[in-house]
Formats: sequence, structure tokens, C-alpha cells
Amino acid sequence: MTTLDSSKEIQKNNSEVNETHEDFRMFGLITFLIADGMTFAGFFAAYLTYKAVNPLPDGAIYELELPIPTLNTILLLVSSATFHKAGKALLKDKNSESQKWLFFTAFLGIIFLICQLFEYFHLPFGLTDNLFASTFYALTGFHGLHVTLGTLMILIIAWQSRIKGGRLTSQNTFPLEAVELYWHFVDGIWVILFIILYLF
Amino acid sequence: MTISIDPQKTNNESLQPKGWLRYFSFSLDHKVIGIQYLVCGFLFYLIGGTLASAIRIELASPMSDFMPRDVYNQVLTLHGTIMIFLWIVPVVNGAFGNYLIPFYVGARDMAFPRLNAVAFWLIPPSGLMLVASYFVEGAAQAGWTAYPPLSITTPQSGQIIWILSVLLLGGSSIFGGINFIATIIKLRRPGLKLMQLPMYCWAMLGTSLLVVLSTPVLAGTLILLSFDIIANTGFFNPVLGGNVVVYQHLFWFYSHPAVYIMVLPAFGLVSEILPVHARKPLFGYTTMVFSIMGIVVLGLVVWAHHMFTSGTPPWMRLFFTIATAFIAVPTGIKFFNWVATLWGGKISINSAMLFSCGFIINFVFGGITGVALAQVPFDIHVHDTYFVVAHFHYIVYGGTVFIIFSSIYHWFPKVTGKMLNEKLGILHFIITFIGFNLCFAPQHWLGLNGMPRRVAEYDPQFQFVNQISSLGALLMAVSTIPFLINVFLSVRNGKDSGDNPWNALTPEWLTSSPPPVENWEGEAPLVEEPYGYGKEISERK
Repeated sequence: MTTLDSSKEIQKNNSEVNETHEDFRMFGLITFLIADGMTFAGFFAAYLTYKAVNPLPDGAIYELELPIPTLNTILLLVSSATFHKAGKALLKDKNSESQKWLFFTAFLGIIFLICQLFEYFHLPFGLTDNLFASTFYALTGFHGLHVTLGTLMILIIAWQSRIKGGRLTSQNTFPLEAVELYWHFVDGIWVILFIILYLF
Repeated sequence: MTISIDPQKTNNESLQPKGWLRYFSFSLDHKVIGIQYLVCGFLFYLIGGTLASAIRIELASPMSDFMPRDVYNQVLTLHGTIMIFLWIVPVVNGAFGNYLIPFYVGARDMAFPRLNAVAFWLIPPSGLMLVASYFVEGAAQAGWTAYPPLSITTPQSGQIIWILSVLLLGGSSIFGGINFIATIIKLRRPGLKLMQLPMYCWAMLGTSLLVVLSTPVLAGTLILLSFDIIANTGFFNPVLGGNVVVYQHLFWFYSHPAVYIMVLPAFGLVSEILPVHARKPLFGYTTMVFSIMGIVVLGLVVWAHHMFTSGTPPWMRLFFTIATAFIAVPTGIKFFNWVATLWGGKISINSAMLFSCGFIINFVFGGITGVALAQVPFDIHVHDTYFVVAHFHYIVYGGTVFIIFSSIYHWFPKVTGKMLNEKLGILHFIITFIGFNLCFAPQHWLGLNGMPRRVAEYDPQFQFVNQISSLGALLMAVSTIPFLINVFLSVRNGKDSGDNPWNALTPEWLTSSPPPVENWEGEAPLVEEPYGYGKEISERK
């Protein structure tokens, strides 16, 4: 097989062609989030089917308390707003302000996770008690995993938006926008989850 | 916002290994990744084929004398999983998609080259893990469908490794799908319209939509199944109040579209190959596009036709029968379009053309049995018999694998600059075609007469027909030999092909063979009529 001398080839190409293309990273992320959303859709479909056709054994406990999840819903909704604030600040080149909002958002995420764990420890049923319990833990656990990853990513971009040596500027806002979109997505999933798991 | 290509950054590619070593590197070049997919997939095809031969040897006699029953179950599970997830899906999507799509859209690489390399490198470890599970405590035994409660009650370690491996392969598939969608929609050369794209782009767009929408559901399902196995939950375990039918619904929500994920790209590839070797434009371009998209939409709403015997309520049976029968319409349109493309063409009888024609013949047979299986009264009779095995193999082997070989003969000169030997190629086709039909056509009869599938032992009255089938399998195994000899000889000292041996008009042939690292010297050509055969050069755009 003939081997090309690739280094020469590329230099020649680059000197001739100065090409630009549209930024489609956000497009890729949205496609990924659609895929991720389908995972949740599968879980929701399973949960709703169980609820419709699989009666729980007599005496099974499946009552949920509302205060903590309601607090959690408020926490996530507020965190979406604070994240948005961070993005606005970054666009105006106010990096330290943006960083503050990001840390506050991550803080809200951590509080959410602590509340979620608190709820887990005080629920009257365990993972294997009955079908409802298993589905409850699978759904909230899978969502909690998303919140954990999101919080970690927020901390990373908060670090990257530092003034000295940070990557994020008003010219390069993509990392922040990407995590923001992901965070809104996780937030939206929680609202659906809250409605069908706790209220419905 | 626009991104300009930074010469400094692209130059990093020149730091990557060259020659054959680059095929073992984390290369970002879509052509290298395409070949990695193809060769890796073919190695797994050889493993899966060996397992298939073992199955046919066992079935040559009615008793289980060649291997113990539990080993037979492991072998058939590994055969199915390897062939689907490690050979057909990666090769027909990953290999040809990565190699051809950037050429077709006039780009220098895929939209996300790093994601692309990650998607490939997920495959070898998960494949090896799957094969290795056989040597630990035995591989999974529950078939490629892993239906509970069977998958919960069989030995756990093999089943868990199977789940992990399929999850990784599913992830790889999703990453690939995202990349294809972004490349086809967003990375087209300026001036190139969607309706001017070669048909394979449309097929890959449809396939990738199915991958992105349905694979995650399988991932979620398998996570729940692994909880059932490891953590003793009861999602799919009736003893603990769970529901096995929910698993079937979720599984087939992926695995029916998976059939289209395996066969739609083959539709695209055959639509590229036929016009070139018949010297005629592709018949009915627009109807082809709408058929593909129709199959995508319908493919998502027919899954329960796999579950007619699972206590599915009558209204659901009716709906899924009708929806499935509807799929025959777009598929039939495509079939007639291919035949019409050949009609009156200047047909060259070469290996690529022969395999494509073999595809058309086998596929229409598999399609007809598919429509038959969609009818509830018939399906209840042949459910879980060899009729289903025959139907399925007519689609994926007689359909897709024939097209994989056809494509290898067609694009081998593109990749290597050498021609494959035509005599060996035609020999390969003849043995494969006879072997395939000898192996699977008798299985329709076996199924209609009630021989169940997935069993190591059967009623002695079926022995003779099973032996014919095993003879066919032997021929299929033998057919690989001329192919391998052909490839090895041609890579070393095949006839030089020149840049465009077939005088094709699709964009990948408008650069040198093998292509330069960034695909084109200078700007990518604008191909408005990829199928403009039979016209004077001055008439072509």
C-alpha cells in the first residue's frame, strides 16, 4: 500500500485553503441530550406501565412525603436562574461575578443532593422492598447521577472562568453555554419526575 | 459563530503514526477510523462465524453430542451478540459511514473527530470482554435478547459481562450516530443541497436518527436488568412482583429499529453501487429519500410484532400488524427502484454487481417472509421456530452481509489504489450465494413443521433437512477463504486501479485513490448530480 507523506500534504492544503465552518458543537450536544432524554423516557414508560398493570402486594408502603422534593424542585429552578445570571455576566466580561454565580449554582446542586440523600435515609422502604420502591430509587438515582455530574462540571467551568489564566471569556462562552443547557435539561427532567412520581 | 480551521491544530495530525501503525493509534482521520471499524468488525465476524459453524455441527445430529447443552446456549448467545453488535452494526454504519460520509458531504473529516475515535476504541475492549466471558464462568446463556426471567436465573457473571459489553457498544453506536447527524446536516460543503446528496447519506441520516432515539432505551433497560441480577430488585422478576413483558417492550423498542439500523445503511450502499455498474442514474431519487424517512418513522412504532405470543392484547396486535404491513410499502418502493435502475442499463457483471444482485434476490425473499410474520395468525404458528431464524438471516446475511462484501469489492480500489481479483471475487460470490441459500432456505420448512429454535436437540425426523442446512453453513465458511486470499494478494501486489477505476461520478472518486489525508487537494468539488450517468459530459452539472 502506498503511504502518503502526510505532513507535506497538510501544509500544502492549509496554505491554499482557509476554510471556516459553522460552530455545531451545540447541535451535537442537543442531539446527545435527546438521546439522554430517551433513556429517561424508557424509565418513565416502565414506571407508568408498572403503575397501570402491576398491583403492589397488600401492605406495601409507597407513600412519599412532599416537603423535601418540593424544596428540591425550588432549589433546581432557582439554580437554573442563577446559572443564567452567570452566563449573562460572562458575556459582559465580568468574570468574577460570573464565577460567583457559578459557585452559587454548584452550591444549590450540592444542597439538592444532600436533601435527596436525606430523603433516601428517611424513607420507610428500601431498594428491594417492592416494585414501586425499586422504580423510585432507579429513577431518582439516575437523575441524581446527572445532578452529580452537572455539579462537577459547574465547578470545573467555575474554575475555568477565573480571571488569571482562565479559558472562559466573553469570546469563548461555549463551555458555559453547554453546561448551562445540560443543567436546564436535568432541571426539566426533575420537574417531569416530580410530577409523575410525587404528585401524580 | 464560525470556527476557522487553525493550521497549527490540524498539523498535529502529522505527528500521528504513518503507514500501517496508524491503524493501531488513536487516529482522528475518518478514513483510518473507517478501516479500523472494518478490520475489527471482520475479525469479530470470523469469531462469530466459527461459533455459527459450531452450532451447525451440533445440529447435524438430533442429539447434543458435539457440545454440552449449556455450552450450546453460550455459543448461540455469543454468535448472535457478536454478529449484531460487533460485525454488522459497526461495519455497515461505522466503517462505510466514516469512510464515505465526509467525502459525500464535501468535508475534510467528520464533525467531531475525537468523539469519532472514542466511539471506535470502545469496540475492541467490549468485544474482547464479551469473548473472554466464555473463559471465566461461562458466557451469557440467555440469547442475544437476554429475556428475563431466563437472564436472571442463568449464571450471573457471564450475563453481567454481556450487559456491560452491550452498554459500551450501545454508547459507541450513539456517539457515532450523533457524529453522522451533525456531519450530514451541518458540515455540508457550501452550495450542496440536501436533495443532491448521494443516497447513502440519507440512509445514514435515517439510521442515525434511529440510533439516537432507540439505543438509549436499551441502555436504560439493561441497567434495570443488571439491578435485577446484582441487587435483587424485581423490575422484571415475576417472583418479586415484576413484569417480564415490560422488558420485552423496552427491549424491542430498541431491537426492532436495530434491524433497520442494520439494513438501512445497506439500502444506501446498494443505491451507490448499482448506478455505477449499470451506468444509469438511480431510479426515483426522491421516492428513495421519502421511503427511507418513512421506514424510520414506521420502524419506531412496530416493535410489538415480536411479542404477539406474550399476552399482547388484541387491539395492540391489530395496530402492530397493520403498522408492520405498512413498512412493506416504502421497502417495496425501494426494491422496485433498484430493479428499475438495472433495467436497460449497461450492466458490468463483476463481483460488486453480483453481490448487489444477490442482495436484491435474498432481500425480497426475507421481506416477503417478514410480511408473513407480521400477520398474527401466521406468527403464532411459527413463533420461536426456525422460520424466524430463516427470515432473520435472509435480512441480515442475505441482505446486509452481501452488501458489505459488495461494498468491499466496490471501494477496495478507493482505499488501497489496487484492484481485487475478479475471478476470486466471482468464486467468492458463487460459493457464498449457494451456501447461504442452502443453509437458510430449508430452515423455512423446518420452522413451518414446528422445529423450535435455540435448541441443541430436536426430533430425529428433521435430521436430513438439518444436514442440508449444515452443508450450506460449511460452504459459507469455505467462501471466506477465496475472499481472504483475494484481499491479501491484492493488497500486496494487486493491479493498480488508477484514481477512478469504475468511472464513477460520486464525490469520493473525484480525488486520488488512496485519498490524501484531508481528502481533497484544494477545495472540495461540488457534485450536484452524483448519479448523472448516461448524459454527455457537457450536460452534466
